[in-house]
Amino acid sequence: MTEPVIQVENLRKRFGDVVAVDGVSFSIAPGTVTALLGGNGAGKTTTLGMIMGLVTPSAGSIRVMGVDMRRHPQAALAQMNFSSPYVDLPGRLTIEQLLITYGRLYGVSGLKARIAELARDLDLGDLLKRRYATLSAGQKTRAALAKSLVNRPRLLLLDEPTASLDPDTGDWVRRYMSAYQERHGAAILLASHNMVEVERMASDVLMMQKGRMVDRGSPAELLARYGRTTMEDVFLAVARGEAMPAISEPVA
Amino acid sequence: MSGVGGIGGSARRIGAIVMRHFYLIRGSWARILDLFYWPMVQVLLWGFISQFIASSGVTGLLAQAASVLLSAALLWEIMFRSQISLNMSFLEELWSRNLGHLMVSPLRPWEYAVSLFATSLVRTIIGFLPASLFAAVYFDVSVYDMGLAFFLFFLNLVIMGWGIGIALAGIVLRVGMGAEGLIWAFVFALAPLSGIYYPVTILPDWCQAISAVLPSAQVFEGMRAILLDGVIRYDLLARAAGLNILYLAGGLAAFLLGDRLSRKSGRLMQLGE
Repeated sequence: MTEPVIQVENLRKRFGDVVAVDGVSFSIAPGTVTALLGGNGAGKTTTLGMIMGLVTPSAGSIRVMGVDMRRHPQAALAQMNFSSPYVDLPGRLTIEQLLITYGRLYGVSGLKARIAELARDLDLGDLLKRRYATLSAGQKTRAALAKSLVNRPRLLLLDEPTASLDPDTGDWVRRYMSAYQERHGAAILLASHNMVEVERMASDVLMMQKGRMVDRGSPAELLARYGRTTMEDVFLAVARGEAMPAISEPVA
Repeated sequence: MSGVGGIGGSARRIGAIVMRHFYLIRGSWARILDLFYWPMVQVLLWGFISQFIASSGVTGLLAQAASVLLSAALLWEIMFRSQISLNMSFLEELWSRNLGHLMVSPLRPWEYAVSLFATSLVRTIIGFLPASLFAAVYFDVSVYDMGLAFFLFFLNLVIMGWGIGIALAGIVLRVGMGAEGLIWAFVFALAPLSGIYYPVTILPDWCQAISAVLPSAQVFEGMRAILLDGVIRYDLLARAAGLNILYLAGGLAAFLLGDRLSRKSGRLMQLGE
């Protein structure tokens, strides 16, 4: 049996009186794209934070590529990466300097060739000597993607990867990420509010509400289960508590 | 391929952060100027005060004090530069909202702390060297005339700055940017107790008790022993070194605790965004 890339069991996070994540369990298989959906405050970002080691769980366990994240986070972190428009990169550094810095942090061998490869793939050749702060939103997204792929991660965590992008750039990013996932057999965990993105990219969807995992399935399965025609309608049904009785219990 | 590696891996990651700050400073005239500006202002201020005292016809201890003042000002700059340089490098990550990326990389918290020490040392040397050479050439006051003792003073003051700076970074991690003011103000509270320009024996007893546990107070007493009496006080240097071991260990512990608590409270994620 193939070992899951992420194995989360009974994950719980309490901030004072607020339970942000409440007994969540799920696993993600290698080479799959999984979307983590939920409204604001559903617990997605906290869950992502715990998987990356930025937030210490109150209870439960997280194994990433077989590594216990609470005991040996660095071993797993070296094989994963992260991109979010809400976590910036140093604006005064050039793209090349950023990629050198992160390439060394991740211990990338053949870094010069890797940067050249990323520059070619992500059309960053003319931007390598430009400072990050001087780039447009679309260019920044491509630079941030290059940073997140510099170590050829086996697991990629994406938080709203196409937020604030125009449809053309957003489409380009989605196609590129899907191609990367297929070419390298990487797993992607995607937190997004863009339902079109979820339908196009994800083979599996985890739905969270009020800190609990309330449903899971492929986009097709969820559409059929909720009797809706779009993932946006499924999202609204869950967010508004219109879930079918059969699936109202938490999903492990 | 990528990997965590052993000591080599740690050295590579520490080097990456140092290089990241080198890139930042190299690309910013404001930051380069900031390295030189304050040490040079201190040299000019205390240099002219020293010249004024020396030219006013005073004799005895006051006449000797003229060159001591400038040396003391320069040594204090070492400690202050060391602390503020470490904290500036740390704050750069918060200001640029980059901390989250660093903390989800294989960089270990202690490696990050060591990278801040290394960056602080480089920045301190870059800031101190021109100011001290200018003092030697223009005011004829050279801290390098103290020989080996100066090197030991330098090390002690730098390490004290690290200990305080890394502890303050830990507090910011735990409390958030609301504690940023501490970074700018804390060290100045230690200045009167360090006996920079006067012997600590002038202080009230309760202040002397605090001075006794400040490495900087030992250094400045040692500096006066050399400049006024021509004696190297190895006992004071040893005491400063012993205290600095405690400062560095305590500072690192505070930083690692701050990191741990900020992950527990979720603040680390907010600081990184």
